[in-house]
Amino acid sequence: MKNRLEVGKPLGIEISIAQAEVVAQCDVDVIAAYPITPQTHIVEHLAEIVADGDLDAAFIPVESEHSAMSACVGSAAVGARTFTATCSQGLALMHEILYIASGLRLPIVMSCVNRALSAPINIWGDQSDIMAERDTGWVQIFTEDGQEVVDQTICAFKIAEDRRVMLPAIVNMDGFSMSHVIEPIRFYDTQKVRDFLGVYEPPLRLDPAKPMMFGPVGIPEIYTEAKKANDVALLESRKVIEEVWAAFAKEFGGSYRAVETYRTDDAEYLLLTVGGMSQTASVAIDQLRDQGVKVGQVKLRLWRPFPHEDLAALLGKARGVFVFDRCLSTAGPGGPVASEVKTSLYNLRERPTVVSFIGGLGGRDVTVQNFADLVQKGIGYVASGEAPIYEIVGVRE
Amino acid sequence: MKTKLNPTWRELELGCTVVEAGSSADYKTGDWRSFYPKTDEDKCIACGVCYIFCPDDSRHLAPRKKKVEGALYTHYFDFNFQFCKGCGICAAECPTHAIVMIEEGKK
Repeated sequence: MKNRLEVGKPLGIEISIAQAEVVAQCDVDVIAAYPITPQTHIVEHLAEIVADGDLDAAFIPVESEHSAMSACVGSAAVGARTFTATCSQGLALMHEILYIASGLRLPIVMSCVNRALSAPINIWGDQSDIMAERDTGWVQIFTEDGQEVVDQTICAFKIAEDRRVMLPAIVNMDGFSMSHVIEPIRFYDTQKVRDFLGVYEPPLRLDPAKPMMFGPVGIPEIYTEAKKANDVALLESRKVIEEVWAAFAKEFGGSYRAVETYRTDDAEYLLLTVGGMSQTASVAIDQLRDQGVKVGQVKLRLWRPFPHEDLAALLGKARGVFVFDRCLSTAGPGGPVASEVKTSLYNLRERPTVVSFIGGLGGRDVTVQNFADLVQKGIGYVASGEAPIYEIVGVRE
Repeated sequence: MKTKLNPTWRELELGCTVVEAGSSADYKTGDWRSFYPKTDEDKCIACGVCYIFCPDDSRHLAPRKKKVEGALYTHYFDFNFQFCKGCGICAAECPTHAIVMIEEGKK
């Protein structure tokens, strides 16, 4: 495939369009997607690339996201490199097939544009959709800008298709504040991307010449072992993820870690963020540092497998950790990310106070000032020793 | 390759895939049955409808010679009770009502 875009210099491009362009560069064989709401420009643009004859792939427009993921399971089972994209209600409708994709060890790559779930009907950004899918057995990676979307999509195919992993992977981006925003993004030479990924050769595939059965019954004598095998595969994918990120950095540049840090040296308090709002939060960290507040930022990139040890090492010595979630686990532990962070820290001999703040729901903007206020509020809770289990911020009382 | 009866998690095929074809023959389902089919061979005309409709592997051709109304039949259809789940489809479909379903444990 020729380079559709100029290589090596930043181009002003909408992130959804960039997502489609990089998927085409990754030489996918099959794209199955539900083409209307809640869809983004991603599959619309991929359909154009296929129709233009620039990508030799089957584009399957289906009647629902349930069917989209089912078609992806079928195409991945015959050994095709497979991609889909969805968000919010669409991801929820895929729910049961997500478990099947991971259970059958099919390396599908999906772009998830994180958006709210109804009711009330809301098409705007938050992370309610993906947090409901955290237990589906997929590798799950968050991004915070368009360049990361492009880079992590290439990495996602390489990670998913590694013989030691063979699991599906989700690349997340924030709805609207990323998906519909034009950013400067640098593209790589298509042939270099394809050489980096190689040709996908599945260890097992559906083939009439050698019949096999994918998806048999797992009776009680088998099911526990099957779950254990998947759990170990996802846990051990961490090693491959690190290898792929290192190989990517060597080949294309960039630097990716499971957990990124910002101004954490000597920080007594840490603000933990996930996704596109991390950049807004970083500006708040700068302002607070200017005021003499010893606060730093920890940004979670890898959501599954969850980097427990990394977080324990980074957060364990702090006085207070303030986790900002764009999802509410209603009447439960509060923020899903905060809940996981608490799990990472609980068995430490000494651990920080963890405050779970929830905001940015359904497209509600969170400003630099909001993040600064939230940190000050958290410091107050640490001082008083009376932190709530969780707190929804920016809500009118 | 025969699949091991109780494999450890390390021994499972990727995604629990069954890599050899026709392995359902190794999975005996006959003990699911609560009714069993019985054929009255005087009524049976060896037409094979029961064989066609059987959803499992429990009907098979059995060589057996018999004359019915002047015609020589060389094969009949026997039950394989290792697989027959007792669904009764053969009895329902039999055009001569030669097959009846009888509760297990009763004559």
